[in-house]
Amino acid sequence: MEFFFSQVLSGIASGTIYACLALAVVMIYQAIHHLNFAQGELAVFSTYLAWQMLEAGLPYWIVLLLVVLLSFGLGWFLQMVVMRPFQNAPMLSNIVVFIALFTIFNSLTGFIWGHDIKTFPSPFGFGPLVENLGISRHQAAMMAISAIILTILWAFFRFTRIGLAMRGAVSNPVSSGLVGVNVMAITALGWGMASAIGAVSGLLVAPVVFLEPNMMLSILIYAFAGAVVGGLTSPGGAVLGGFIVGIVESLVSTYVPVIGAELKLPIALTLIIVVLLFQPAGLFGRRDIQRV
Amino acid sequence: MALTDTIHTQAPPTLKAIIGGLIAVAAIAVPFLLDGFQVFQATQVLVLAIAIMGLNLLTGFSGQFSLGHGAFFAAGAYVTAFFLTDGSFPYVGAVLIGGVVCFILGLAFGFPALKLDGIYLALATFSLAVAMPQILKLSILTEWTGGVGGLVLMKPEAPQGIPLDADQWLYFVVLAFAAVLYCLVTGLISGRTGRAFLAVKDNPLAAEAMGIRVTNVKVLAFGYSAMITGVAGGLSALVTAYVAPDSFTLFLSVNILVGLVVGGVGFIPGAIIGAIFVHFMPTAADSVYQGLQGVIYGIVLIAIMLLAPKGIGGLFRR
Repeated sequence: MEFFFSQVLSGIASGTIYACLALAVVMIYQAIHHLNFAQGELAVFSTYLAWQMLEAGLPYWIVLLLVVLLSFGLGWFLQMVVMRPFQNAPMLSNIVVFIALFTIFNSLTGFIWGHDIKTFPSPFGFGPLVENLGISRHQAAMMAISAIILTILWAFFRFTRIGLAMRGAVSNPVSSGLVGVNVMAITALGWGMASAIGAVSGLLVAPVVFLEPNMMLSILIYAFAGAVVGGLTSPGGAVLGGFIVGIVESLVSTYVPVIGAELKLPIALTLIIVVLLFQPAGLFGRRDIQRV
Repeated sequence: MALTDTIHTQAPPTLKAIIGGLIAVAAIAVPFLLDGFQVFQATQVLVLAIAIMGLNLLTGFSGQFSLGHGAFFAAGAYVTAFFLTDGSFPYVGAVLIGGVVCFILGLAFGFPALKLDGIYLALATFSLAVAMPQILKLSILTEWTGGVGGLVLMKPEAPQGIPLDADQWLYFVVLAFAAVLYCLVTGLISGRTGRAFLAVKDNPLAAEAMGIRVTNVKVLAFGYSAMITGVAGGLSALVTAYVAPDSFTLFLSVNILVGLVVGGVGFIPGAIIGAIFVHFMPTAADSVYQGLQGVIYGIVLIAIMLLAPKGIGGLFRR
């Protein structure tokens, strides 16, 4: 039984990683109603920026702040310059543009910083949080930071005028525009926020999995799985979904003998398909109902 | 939001016949004008074009979507390779069996896909594409897939008495498959089934009211589409004489999708344009600036989407 609990804890630990990125995925879904396949690569790019600044000797917290601001700017820029012409394009065009962004940032990161693995520091350290509990201080910090981001996001959507405008701009861009919401700026804000959250998740993930250009690809799949399990319309659900995915992954790879420790991606795939089949809006998501 | 725009244009029949004839002559002349490696590349382009045609049937005509067609490509390749490891099975038969297996797989995947639309279907198929190499490496399947090492097969030679080398012969085998599949697909979409596909794509509700069984049509489209892409996979196994899990990564699926969009969704001859683009663009980008390949590729892709939203094929069809 103790072994079981330690597996669950290790699942929760990797679940935090997925939860962070799942949050960014849901965030951008809230802002533009698309899944951004380049999300992971943007986060990796931001993490490399942070690595560069840390190498230059800047203190961690200043770097964090700078990178969050820079990533916000990058997201804003991408929406305003690259995505803007595609706002009324069919979905397929949008997906192709996301793929293009994916290859651009993946290749750019590799070109600037090389493909070798880099270590990334954690300001929290890797010592155990409490004796005999399988959670390190860094993992605890990841959970705490995810919780903080989640709270801020919840408050943002619930209590601020801009949050309300963003919800409106997604559910009905035309009417929102008519009542004076600057839909374009709001969408750009959504992109910026998603990139900023992605950057934070990159900075938190990098110490655990090591920094390299393809760091986020498999994590992104788990994050998608988490977002789907929780529901694409629910930030809190996405975080919980991330944890569920982490725990399922850890338990399945321990107790199902066929699936080795290295071959865990099919689990995420199965989770996505099963959840979509039985609960298409996710566990906590809203189902969109459209009038014919 | 619509998945794609539907394009309806008919070229005049004489023009069509002339262009078709020219393309046929050019396609037959290719292996005699190029050297060995270029013939090999041309064959690969044709294989990719078949795969893109398969996806086009799904996306352009039934309005469904797949970011994971590389998985069916892989399945076709593995089934073909499995039958050809000892070299005694006829290779055309092996490719066809690959197609049939993919047809069944496509139907099987089409059923759950029915319940998903738009973004969710993209997501499910995207994760299928990412997970595929790992599924192929699963230890329970090693007996059939050869695990990480993959399978090696015999490259078919030209029959006795035909003065062609193996590469040229394979080119013609693939060309024959492409031609037959092209005729089948155009026949399919200009007939009753194709109209049903289009009706389902443009307005499922109205289609249902007209007596079309939307469920059957959508699942069938997935099956046909997977079958064609599976045949392409089987041919690719013949061409490279080797299959391994890491040849079927996400980027294969992405290439098929990008080829489709660049060539023109809903425009079947566009497949060849798209195949040429995805096959040669990375090398071309690399020669522009070493190391920034992905950046150039991405920028060109965005530019194409911006300047020719209906694909390069769409430019000819105003």
